[in-house]
Amino acid sequence: MLGFSADRLRADMNRLLALLFHQGVLDEQFLQLQQLQDESSPNFVSEVVNIYFQESERLLKNLRALLIERELTDYKKMGNHLNQLMGSSSSIGANRVRNVCIAFRANSEQSNRAGCLRALEVLEHEYCYLKSKLHELFQIEQQRVLGAGVRYPMQQN
Amino acid sequence: MVMAADSQFHVLAVDDSLIDRKLIERLLKTSSYQVTTVDSGSKALEFLGLIEEHQRTNFKSPSSSSSSSSNIHHQEVEVNLIITDYCMPGMTGFDLLKKVKESTSLRNIPVVIMSSENLPSRISSRCLEEGAEEFFLKPVRLCDVNKLKPHIMKTKLKDQNQEEEEETTETEFESVEKQQQQQIQMNSSNKRKAGMDEEGVGEDRRRRIRYNSNGVATVN
Repeated sequence: MLGFSADRLRADMNRLLALLFHQGVLDEQFLQLQQLQDESSPNFVSEVVNIYFQESERLLKNLRALLIERELTDYKKMGNHLNQLMGSSSSIGANRVRNVCIAFRANSEQSNRAGCLRALEVLEHEYCYLKSKLHELFQIEQQRVLGAGVRYPMQQN
Repeated sequence: MVMAADSQFHVLAVDDSLIDRKLIERLLKTSSYQVTTVDSGSKALEFLGLIEEHQRTNFKSPSSSSSSSSNIHHQEVEVNLIITDYCMPGMTGFDLLKKVKESTSLRNIPVVIMSSENLPSRISSRCLEEGAEEFFLKPVRLCDVNKLKPHIMKTKLKDQNQEEEEETTETEFESVEKQQQQQIQMNSSNKRKAGMDEEGVGEDRRRRIRYNSNGVATVN
């Protein structure tokens, strides 16, 4: 019975991953992250992804603040933030977020405020979608680990 | 605590992005490297400078165990390779590369550059001219990290050759004086030092002496 639910959870996880790959939300780099996770570093993927969430939310907030500034919009700073977001998205395999950053950056290089605002909307939407899907993925993974009775790191104080 | 310097190669990774530092650290550790990560070129130089300073202390007093040195906890630490991001605020990867290659004690350390975008060829050729071994396009993969060993081994071999030829370790300033002395004393050819004015030429000579001869070296 335990085996059945573990299999089902693994199937759920694979299905979700397949969907995200198919949608282009994730790319092979995400698989690379998973391959780097092992017994010596069992939480590697979630660690890195959580850092990504923190950084991205900070950058998105900064981008919005820069765009609200109508008078002296600092497009150069915007470009810097976008480069950062692009880089980290590429590093975790967040393919669609990275692609939106590229389009956003093109707009900022042309000081196209309207274009930037539209791109920011899309970026925020893509990011939210990615975040919710990755949370789903981690939840399934956690259930699978718990259910299978695999050694679960106990906090020893 | 003394760490055996030969059992694991030590890589210094430089990147201002926390995620990329985590990634490169994991990639390197998975490949059995010892890793130190820093978030800027200046911190990298600081780290390398500590080693450099300690080595200089060692050179001056080879017999003493330099227990007065405040850097004693770096005793056995050496860096076998530097891998650095190109685009960083402040000191870029290129600036760091130049500083390393300009330093007499650090220039033998191989440097690899990572870049998140394809560098225009004029930039990449400048890097190669300055002594970078190669580029990795980010995100860096395991297959990239597998390419690092040859660069490290090439340098290790060079260093070993240097050690085996020199009976005592010397600074470069002292070796020029010694060379002059030796020319007067007509030393045996195995101990002859290559001229240190042209570093490149000197190294080639040492390599040739090592590889070609089983006994007496014929190259001057």
